[in-house]
Formats: sequence, C-alpha cells, structure tokens
Amino acid sequence: MKKNKMLKITDVSKDSEKLTSVSIDDLMSIPADLDDIDWAELPEETREKYICILDDVNILPIPKPLTTKDEEELVNKFIEGMRKLFTKENNWTFLTMLETTMEHCAKCNTCSDSCHLFEASGENEMYRPNYRTEVFRRIYKKYVQKEPLARWRSGDIDLNWQTVARLGEMAYRCNICRRCAQTCPIGADNALVAREIRKIFSQEMGITTPELHDKGSMMQLKTGSSTQMNKIVVKDNVEFIDEDFSEETGYEFETPWDVEGADILLIHNAGEIMAWPENIAAFSMIFQAAGISWTLSSELAAYDSINYGVFYDDVQFARTAILQAQAAKNLGVKKIVLGECGHAHKALTVIADRVLPEPLKVPRESCFPILRDIVMSGKIKFDPERNNFPVTLHDPCNITRLMGIIKPQRDIVHKLCPQFREMHPHGPYNYCCGGGSGYAIMSRNNIPEWRFKIAGRKKLEQVLNAFSDCRGPDTKKYVCAPCSNCKGQLRDIFDRYNLLEAEQLTYGGIVELIVNAMVDVNPGYIKWEEY
Amino acid sequence: MSTFIYIVTYLAIVVFVAAVLRRIIHYLKNPIHVRWELYPVPHEGKKASYGGSYLEDSGWWEQERKTSLVGTLKAMIPEMLFLKAVWENNRPLWVVTFPFHFGLYITVGFIGLLGLTAIIQLSGIDVAGSHRLKPVVALISFLGPLGFILTIMGAIGLLYKRLTDPGLRNYANFEHYFNLCLFITTMGVAVLTWLFVDPTFNLARQFLVNLISLKMTAIGSFLFQLQVLLAMFTIAYIPLTHMSHFFMKWFLYHDIRWGDEPNINTPETDKKIGIVLNYPVTWSASHISGHGKETWAEVATFNPAAESEKGKE
Repeated sequence: MKKNKMLKITDVSKDSEKLTSVSIDDLMSIPADLDDIDWAELPEETREKYICILDDVNILPIPKPLTTKDEEELVNKFIEGMRKLFTKENNWTFLTMLETTMEHCAKCNTCSDSCHLFEASGENEMYRPNYRTEVFRRIYKKYVQKEPLARWRSGDIDLNWQTVARLGEMAYRCNICRRCAQTCPIGADNALVAREIRKIFSQEMGITTPELHDKGSMMQLKTGSSTQMNKIVVKDNVEFIDEDFSEETGYEFETPWDVEGADILLIHNAGEIMAWPENIAAFSMIFQAAGISWTLSSELAAYDSINYGVFYDDVQFARTAILQAQAAKNLGVKKIVLGECGHAHKALTVIADRVLPEPLKVPRESCFPILRDIVMSGKIKFDPERNNFPVTLHDPCNITRLMGIIKPQRDIVHKLCPQFREMHPHGPYNYCCGGGSGYAIMSRNNIPEWRFKIAGRKKLEQVLNAFSDCRGPDTKKYVCAPCSNCKGQLRDIFDRYNLLEAEQLTYGGIVELIVNAMVDVNPGYIKWEEY
Repeated sequence: MSTFIYIVTYLAIVVFVAAVLRRIIHYLKNPIHVRWELYPVPHEGKKASYGGSYLEDSGWWEQERKTSLVGTLKAMIPEMLFLKAVWENNRPLWVVTFPFHFGLYITVGFIGLLGLTAIIQLSGIDVAGSHRLKPVVALISFLGPLGFILTIMGAIGLLYKRLTDPGLRNYANFEHYFNLCLFITTMGVAVLTWLFVDPTFNLARQFLVNLISLKMTAIGSFLFQLQVLLAMFTIAYIPLTHMSHFFMKWFLYHDIRWGDEPNINTPETDKKIGIVLNYPVTWSASHISGHGKETWAEVATFNPAAESEKGKE
C-alpha cells in the first residue's frame, strides 16, 4: 500500500525542526527478515555544528548559522552560486542539460516510480525525483531568471536559509543513477539537478562532504590517491600483493610499474589495493597469462582511477582527469584501460571526452571488452566447474546505463559460471547498488543506516530475488559487482544484515571469477569468509 | 472585426515562428557541453536492442563508426506518435495524455490538409465541387472533429488527473490548469463551429485562401471568428511555455540523451573545447579562487593541494 507522506513544495521553507521522516513501517518490504531499527539520533556535536533539519540523517555538513547575518549570508551565497550556474562561462559543462530540464519538464512525475529511493522509502514525497528539482526550479524562475509572473506560472517559493539548507541536504538524497532521466518522456534529468546543487555548494560556498572533498579529491591531488597512499607506499603494497597471491595461488606473477611504451596503462581504483587486494592480483595474473603489454603508473593520481569530482565538482573532476591523461602521455602508452570502478569508467572515458584538450587525448576504454577478449581467445585454460555456484551480476549504473557496456561482462559469466542468473531488471535498466555518487565511502553519523534502509534496499531485494531458488545458508552464492563503489555498498549491507551467515552470500568483482576458473591457479580463489 | 482577425492570425504566426526560432537559436548558441548520454542509444544498431554501445569493443576508436538511421527511426516514431515512454513508465497517465497528444497531431494534420486544399483552390480548382478531391475533402471532414474531440477528451482527463492525483496536484501550478482549460475551450469552440457553422470546413478553407492571398475578406460567423482567435492565441502561446518540448525534445534526445559522438578525429569538437577552456571561471570556493588562475584551462591544470604542500616545505 502506498503511504505517500505528502509534502508541499513550499514546506521546504518551513521553520520546523524536521521536514520529514521515514519510519521503519514506511519502508518497502522485501523478501527477508531484516532487523531494521529506528534511526539512531545524530551525535550532539553534529546537531550543534551543522544544520540538521531535513530528516533523520545528515550528509552535507552545512555550518549552522548563528546570527541573522549568517542566515542571510547562506542565502546570498547560494543565490550567487545559482546565478553562476546558469552562465556559460562558469558552467559550460552542463548548462545545456540544466536549462532544458528547467524549461521543459511537464511535471508528469513519470520518473517517480523509477526511483529506488522513492520506492524504498514508502514513496516519501521528499524522495520523489521531481521534489528537489521543483524547489530548485521555483527558486531559479523567481530569483535568477526573474520570469514575469513566475509565482503564477511556475509556482511560488520562499527563499530562506531553511530552503537553502534543505535543498543542499536533499542533493545528497539521490544516487545520481539517472534511472529517472531514463524514463522521462521529454528528456529532463532530475538526477543532474541533484549534482548541480552539489556543485553550487562546493564550487561557490565551499561546502562539501569531507569524504568526497578533503579526504577524496583533494587527497588524491595531494598524495596521488584518496587512500592517502603515495607512490612509494602504493608500489610497496602492490609488491606485497604480488608476493602474497603468487604464493597462495601457485601462480608466479609480477605487476609492472611505469613501463614506457607499454600498450596499456591500467588504472585501478586504489581502494581495491587496500580493501580487495584479490582484485588487483587477479588483473595482474590475467594480463600476465594472456601476454598483454601493460603497466601501472606511479604518477600523481594515475594509480588511482577515482574521480570524485564526478559526484560534486566540475573543477575537481577536470583536474583529476587531466592528471590521469597526462600520466598516460608521459608513459607513451597506446591506451588507458579502466579497472573495475564504475564512476572512473564514466569520468575518464565519457565525460572527459569533451574536457581533455587535443594534446592530452589518449584512447580510453573499459576493462570488460579486453577481459572478454582474453577469456574467449583460448589463451588461458579455464575450468568453469570451479565456478559452479549460483552467480548473479550487478550492473554498475555508470558502466551500463551511462556507457552502454552490457554484453562483455555477460559473455564472461555465461562462459565461466554454469549457474549464472540475471537480476531483474538488469543491463541499462538496472537499479543502483545504493552507494552511488559517493555514499559507499561514507560512514559518518548514521549515514550507513540510510544506505542500508533506503538507498540499498531495492538492490538487496533484487539480489535476494535472483537467488530465490537457493535461499538459506546451505548454498554458497556470489554477487559479481564489478565496481569498487558497488562492492563497498554490498559488503556493508550484507554485513549489516548478516547475509554471509544467513545466506552464504558473498560478493566480488569479475576478475576474481575469471581467476577462480583458471586451471593454472590453485582452486579456491574466491572465499566465503568475513567481509 | 474581420480585419482584426486576419491581423491577429498573421501576428500569431509571427510570434509562433519567432518563439520557436528563439528557443532553438538559444540552444544552439550554448557552448559545447560534456557528454551525458543515456543508454539504450537507438542509433547503436544491433547493440541497441540490449542497451549496448560501441564502448563494448576493445579498440573502439580504431573502428569505423557506424550509426543506424533505422534504429533511430524505430525509437523515434513510436515515441513521437504513441508516447512510448509514458506507455512503458506511466500507463495511467498515458490513458489521458495519449488522446490529448494524438488529437493535437490529428488536428495539425487536418490543418495541413486544409491548407493544401486552400492552395489547390487558389490555383482555380473548386475543391468542394471537385470529384477527384472528394476523398481528401472527406478525410478533412473526418480528421477535424476527430482531432478536436480526442484533444478535448485528453485535456479533460489530464485536468481530472491534475486535480485528483495528489502527486500531480502538488506539482501543478496556475499555468498547468490554464493550459488545459485553454485547449478544452479552443477545441470546444472548434467543435461547436463545426457542428453549427462550418460542417464541411469550406469556411475554414476560404479563410486560409484569404490568408494566403492576403485578402482580408469579411468573415460572417461570430463563432468562427472566436474559433480563429482562440486557435491563434494557442498557437502563439505554446512555444512560450514548457509545451515547447514538442520541438525541443529533438535536441534533448538527439544531442543529450543519444549524444554519444566520441571526440575522435573531430577537429571541430577540439576547437570548441579550446574555446570553453578559455572561458573565465569566477566560482568563489577556496579550492578554485584566490590562486591567480582565471580561465578553465588555468584552473583545471592547477593543483591547489600540491601547492599547499609546497608551501609547507
């Protein structure tokens, strides 16, 4: 039954403690006995320092205004940023898409049912993809565009500090998976609006989430990686991975670094090195076994494919993409291949395509086509029986819906996994893991609770449904999620609901499945152990 | 009064054309934007059937780029004619929005055919009396009322939805209600004119003949005059509102949603990138401003984190 918690658009400006709340009873039911609990109260320090007036969560730390002057300043800075957002000089990157979304949306709400957050929250109005857009649109029409009769034509809005703060926080209640945009009959893009609001806060007001900015893109620009590994540490760690996994698998391999003139510069998400070393090792083993000419780079930002600017800041995005392309040029490689990281795929392959100047143009491609070619080539011997357990494939939004890379990864799992089954829907129509647009790396306050109860709920339902014929702890199951961000989200949600024990459910990338089936490697590369 | 009607008609056509051109020119004058495509992209040929793209191939930039016009048309035609996206994603709305839109398409087709027969009449042929043109005249007589009635039914349905569906009502504003009422009124008057004044549309054809030949001959019927005034207001008004999506959708689909053209051997794109990278940046956040960097090129190649590290050394 729909419990639609109705909110008026103008409610966003109310001087109230909280705009809305999603209770446990509101949550979409899924085929599992989940021990969901009420929201943990935000820490006192957070409530004292930051504005927490949207719902039960706080993701964007907007400093609390202490005086009327502070309140006015928050509004003024926001509106100044909004004006810049609608200039071609400051926002040539997305102005066209933003303007058309502002002008042509018919407000038919066709997008609503496509949103996993709207559905998971029990159709809470705040999660309707058009809610935040409508607030934003009304501000734009009234205060920036100054449309004649804006109040009558586009609807009224009161622009006060509560409106600004809630809009900023609402920009972080969206995974920017763009499933809503995919269903729009006109071509409007509500997910983009969430990202554009994030840009105003970051690029104009200097307000961002610490995970994406200080510990994310700035750390990457400073040390080379958001993991804080500098080039010495990263090379040491990968050397250790080489030794460790060579011993464990009985397959001797060595990861090459800074090989000038190599065919391929492979860029991993450096988070894999810390959290999933088996993914790094698997790539090295497969490429070595296939006789590929390849290398990693130890240049700044070139050993970490992440580009968190994609989630919140165009300038940070451009800086990182340029460093990565420059590293490839310096090595003189023929192409860059992106490892298993969805947003890195889209950032460097697609978005950077019209950002990189001519001298920095290096061919860039996904790892999946080349992995598919290797698996199909016969260069490596496989025993699919080693993968004879139920496997399903999660489609990272950035790789599928936003890049159209659907079949290569399926060719691999069809060949190597006898019990492969699809989730529904899948491919370009997939659902986000719930960690998309940066949340998977956020563990502040009660953000994980939000990721589990709301953002990741639909994906969890999909996963459980994919294994409906083998539920329970007797059958080992594997969710192939070829993206670091998605893996982080799945790891945390599986752990939260104790699904390793209850369902023998684990997760990993696609290269792990490939190596697990390699005849030259000791059996048992994939393990059902603690996440 | 008749002269006034003719002047209003000419003015409405001018406003319509100017408003459409203004929107299109504004769109085209915007600088190059980053790629932001969404799959499936129908011109990807066979791959489009499952949402795939050329990025599925290793070494894609070395391959000849092929796009499928047939694929594009296969996606475009059902979308334009039958509102496929609404059918697939919002069936309850489709039930009312399809008759509304299809009624408008039929009305446009009706006006087009009527205009065609007006031109034939100008060449000296008596359209109403011509035996050979009988099927066309009959088709016009069929399409007109069909278009009017379908549009009215759809508009009433949409109005009902806007008023009764809490989700839609929350996002509706005065303009939505005004627009729907305008269509209901305009088409309602058209139906009345057809029923009581001009059942064969001969008067309408004569009006078009006069319009084309710049003869402001008197029109007798008040109802007909009212119909023309309402229709002209609607025509001039549509491109000034969000309903301009009827032509802007072309750009939203072809340039944005399906805009997957890679920047390979495209010097024109490189030139455009060169222009935007020299745009000034005035964002105020500390990681962007205050470093003496003014253009996108300067800002994007500046590393504030590395600089702050240098400062510590």
